[in-house]
Amino acid sequence: MIWRFIARRTAMLVVTGLVASIAVYSALFVAPGDPATLLIGGGKPPNPHLLAEIHRQYHLDDPFLQGYWRWLSGMLHGDAGQSLSYRDSVTHLVTGRIGNTLFLIAYAAVLIIVPGVVLGTVAALRGGLGETVVTAVTTAFMAVPTFVMSVLLIWWLSVQWRWFPAYGAGSGFAGRVEHLTLPALALAAAWTAYVAQVTRSAVRTELVSEHVQTARARGIPERVVVRKHILRNASGPIFSVAGVAVAGLIAGCAVVEQAFGINGIGALLIQSAAKQDLAVVQALALITVVVFVAINTLVDVVTVALDHRVSLEGTS
Amino acid sequence: MTGTHALLEVKNLHVTLTGDRRRRTVLHRVDLAIPAGAALGLVGESGSGKSLTARTVLGLLPQGARVEGEVRFDGRSLTAMAPAALRGIRSHEIAMVFQDPRAHINPVRTIGDFLTEGLVTTRGVRRAVAEARAAALLGEVGIADGARRLRQRPSELSGGLLQRVMIAAALLTEPRLLLADEPTTALDVTTQAEVMAIIDETRLQRGLAMLFITHDLALAAAVCDRIAVMYAGSVVEELPSGHLSDAEHPYTRALMASRPDLGGPGKKLTAIKGRPLSAFETGPGCAFAPRCPDARDTCTTQHPALLPAGSGQAACHFPHHPRAAAGAAERSTSDA
Repeated sequence: MIWRFIARRTAMLVVTGLVASIAVYSALFVAPGDPATLLIGGGKPPNPHLLAEIHRQYHLDDPFLQGYWRWLSGMLHGDAGQSLSYRDSVTHLVTGRIGNTLFLIAYAAVLIIVPGVVLGTVAALRGGLGETVVTAVTTAFMAVPTFVMSVLLIWWLSVQWRWFPAYGAGSGFAGRVEHLTLPALALAAAWTAYVAQVTRSAVRTELVSEHVQTARARGIPERVVVRKHILRNASGPIFSVAGVAVAGLIAGCAVVEQAFGINGIGALLIQSAAKQDLAVVQALALITVVVFVAINTLVDVVTVALDHRVSLEGTS
Repeated sequence: MTGTHALLEVKNLHVTLTGDRRRRTVLHRVDLAIPAGAALGLVGESGSGKSLTARTVLGLLPQGARVEGEVRFDGRSLTAMAPAALRGIRSHEIAMVFQDPRAHINPVRTIGDFLTEGLVTTRGVRRAVAEARAAALLGEVGIADGARRLRQRPSELSGGLLQRVMIAAALLTEPRLLLADEPTTALDVTTQAEVMAIIDETRLQRGLAMLFITHDLALAAAVCDRIAVMYAGSVVEELPSGHLSDAEHPYTRALMASRPDLGGPGKKLTAIKGRPLSAFETGPGCAFAPRCPDARDTCTTQHPALLPAGSGQAACHFPHHPRAAAGAAERSTSDA
């Protein structure tokens, strides 16, 4: 049963990817402005012959379907075309920056999941004042947008206290950890709060559930009750929201990389969008969508593995 | 060990719960005694405090509950017991079967996990040994393919099968007392009879004592030695189940009269007039007085104590007995 579910979700992933690719390609196809003018630059009116030559070279005048097919088959073969503004292959631009972005996302994911789950669990199990404080603080954090959090962290931990550098991605593991701590914190803050709240409410729900009462009535040691009944049963919603959070980081990266001057995929997306660099924006948009959907599919599959009731509802 | 004591003794039990910053009395006065190997049926309408009594025995009350009075198991006080010792009682001496097995068995873990968990975590029995014992016990409660069922999850079993699993889980720890909280209420009628028969048989085979909670007076009388009737948080009558027809308390008599009669069509069902009171709504007098056909002035002002009457005990100023009318005056107690 689970294999059929996985097959179906994979098929849905492929379909979503295809629909997204059409949307991404056509959105930029209809965008105003002529990207060829970028290459020429300067204030003078461009030479029509030169423009026509550029259009021919970069296939800017191809009919929609032909262009789409050339682009999609190129993407599938690892060739995402040529960037007009960087005068470099998009694949090269992306592979050169993806390391920083992946490191940032992984770092932020750890900062989201570990403290989020621990805070939420402790708040729910202890109750009382601790729970009120955790709820109040996390609610406040959820309301702070990432770009505001970035500025606050730079001002506080970098300018006031000089603990962390405010700019760049660093090199080597230690250098990256040092440089990417503030960006990862900025990226994680709101999501950590969100995961903590979902964990708290999931654990609270299980805590008062009847099957937990049964376990206690049978004299099962409390630590086993917490681990095998409360956390085990709450893990479904916790994992789902953590997965959505990590998928959301891929989009959130753009803001943080720009704010902290990190040479990553997100910053590349913003810069090339500003320069109307079609090939780069299209490639990055498609990668973002596919990775986002892939993570969500993975989360769904794991959620089903954690709780078999979900699979029964899903296949009926 | 202590021959003079019953296995379970509940004396003068009074329980209050805090909810919405208000204290509410949920049990006024509960007195029960179950000798080793005997079965007591605890009967009453919804909200009369039957389940709460069982939960109080196991210390399963919500936070903020205040328990007064005594609960003794084999001479040891359960209300004064340290949490670790109480866990020992729960895992070795007293087992509980709940009303709704679908809610009370962890839905995401397997039947095998549920059954063996107690043995593995509280007695250090090896998982494989515990599974073999569980499979054998499933056979005893009428589940033939036990080994296969151990791999299944609760959602794959019917309500009746799941309740048998719960009974097997209770028996697996070889307790001395079984608390059965309406174990057949959530099941359909034919399954009810089967499950009840399994409880009755396995109990008698093992010489288990049982507190059987139900709203079905006839069912309680069929499987229990004695019956205790609860109303609004108090035990109002206690008597041998064979003597139900001589019940002295008007509430017990009304319950007997309101049983549907299969004698023939056309007979109207008799219901007890008025609505059942909750324990916190009761005034100074007898809780049943507003619905009692025989209520007099004393009944609304003075709380009746549980005193010997006929073959058991009854808490009534004017028990339904020819000899009792004369002694009614000295039966009343002023403490409400």
